[in-house]
Amino acid sequence: MIGLTYLCAVLATLPLLLILWHLIVKGASSISLAFFTHMPRPVGEPGGGMANAIVGTLILIGIASAIGLPIGIGAGLYLAEKKSTPLAHSVRFLADVLNGLPSIVMGIFAWQVLVRPIGHFSALAGGVALGAMMIPLVTRTTEEMLLVVPTSLREAALALGYPKWRTSISVVLRTALAGIVTGALVAVARIAGETAPLLFTALGNQFWSTSIREPIAALPLQIFTYATNAYEELHQLAWAGALVLISIVLVISLAARFATRSRFGAPVD
Amino acid sequence: MTSLPVEWLEKDRRKLRVDASAFSDKAYEIVTAACALVVPTLVVAIAVAIFVAAWPAFSKLGFSIITSSDWDVAAGHFGAAPALFGTLVSSAVALIIATPLAIGIAVFLSEFSPLWLRQPIGFLVDLLAAVPSVVYGLWGIFVLIPILRQHVMPFLRDTLHLGATPLFTGPAYGPSMLAAGIILAIMALPYISSVSREVLMAVPRSQREAALALGATRWEMIRDAVIPYAKSGIIGGIMLGLGRALGETMAVTMVIGNRAEISASLFAPGYTMASLIANQFSEATNDLHLSALMAVGAILFVITLIVNAIARWLVWTVSRNRAA
Repeated sequence: MIGLTYLCAVLATLPLLLILWHLIVKGASSISLAFFTHMPRPVGEPGGGMANAIVGTLILIGIASAIGLPIGIGAGLYLAEKKSTPLAHSVRFLADVLNGLPSIVMGIFAWQVLVRPIGHFSALAGGVALGAMMIPLVTRTTEEMLLVVPTSLREAALALGYPKWRTSISVVLRTALAGIVTGALVAVARIAGETAPLLFTALGNQFWSTSIREPIAALPLQIFTYATNAYEELHQLAWAGALVLISIVLVISLAARFATRSRFGAPVD
Repeated sequence: MTSLPVEWLEKDRRKLRVDASAFSDKAYEIVTAACALVVPTLVVAIAVAIFVAAWPAFSKLGFSIITSSDWDVAAGHFGAAPALFGTLVSSAVALIIATPLAIGIAVFLSEFSPLWLRQPIGFLVDLLAAVPSVVYGLWGIFVLIPILRQHVMPFLRDTLHLGATPLFTGPAYGPSMLAAGIILAIMALPYISSVSREVLMAVPRSQREAALALGATRWEMIRDAVIPYAKSGIIGGIMLGLGRALGETMAVTMVIGNRAEISASLFAPGYTMASLIANQFSEATNDLHLSALMAVGAILFVITLIVNAIARWLVWTVSRNRAA
């Protein structure tokens, strides 16, 4: 029976290794400098890259972070300081509920609120949908990280005459900074690869666009379009795009891992 | 004599400082509370926006939206029963595959793994949760489905003679409920195993030692003393994985075949609620169609809400016991 649990460990790690292996085998050959700097070409013409999709994904991550990080960290501060007010209890519970919300539901919500009334798809709507997904994640990790900070530290600052808000921001928040950065990175890694919330908001764009009021291309959307297309060349590009996407996600995840290692010993995910 | 005004001044200054910090403390409190308020506001806004948009479909179609399997846009029939069925079946298949594996690996990591292996394997399993779902879909289309079509499906149907059961009959197209279930199993696995590992590690030492002292082997100790103790937390983890599987969109849309039929066979293509929305939303032709898709989204929202609430509650009861 004990051997069986070893087998489970092998079986559970196998899919990840297989996926990474296939991504490298099938995707690496299509990756060149042109992939990052060129625009997609029409089918039939060789070459072409995903420059617009890569930039689009970065812009979407930027919008999402600008919304998700400050609100999430603020809410986390509230939860860590007002541990048992009715608001804190309901925020904690609802943040967990939001974390489990299917991303497609977030997509149709953003469409209903930001695309339907305005009348056209936009990068902003996509970024808001992703940002809304970040809020509960960042809230919960920030709270967890702040709770690790010893009370004595807070008390010492208060005893020195610091006002409460400065104690929170320049003592407590600073002490937990590495952990909060980790939480933020994990949240970014999670939304970077999201596709479903973008289907009806950012929509995708064949052309170069950096305007937040226009539809914008995104790496995950492009992979989806290419993978479900009939052309073999586009499948190649989809594999290459997936390799780039997963590299971005893995690098962020690893960075998150190492951000906390030095301070807290046990990494947190 | 001259010291008096200075003292007053000093007093005044202190009072000013206290007032200033009282003001900024208040401002700080209001700002953080406002951030916290965003979370409940968001939940309410999502619920209201989606239900308002879904209302025309609910009022016009009534229960037929979940009982009828006739989805005909041109005729104005919107019965999403096949999608509901597909969501439930693909998630069930996923849990049947993922649960034993996830618990196995959680037991391995918390009980048997050599220390040096614990971190890397735990990390690899956690990374499964970080892989974007569109990448799973891509892998599913070009790697998993050919393997299923050429090897696994014929093996199940012909070699094991499972073709006699309704579950494994019919032609092996590839895109199928089975493919969706397997992909979902891989995606749900890290959620189940990380919660299970945490609750297994929270089982008190005394519980293990008591079992060993009674003469149990290590395996008997785990089976009879550790797992029962952590049971509700593990079930919570499984529910959490279920919540993921129910709402998963891209990977499923890419491998399930997207055909709105109810079939007992896992080899047949199917549809899920999430993939129905993903496929048709941007092409919704009329208001009722759009509203019906919103209604499907609303049902999905309610189902995952309930599943997640139960999951959180179960995990919470275990962690509360640990604190006590």
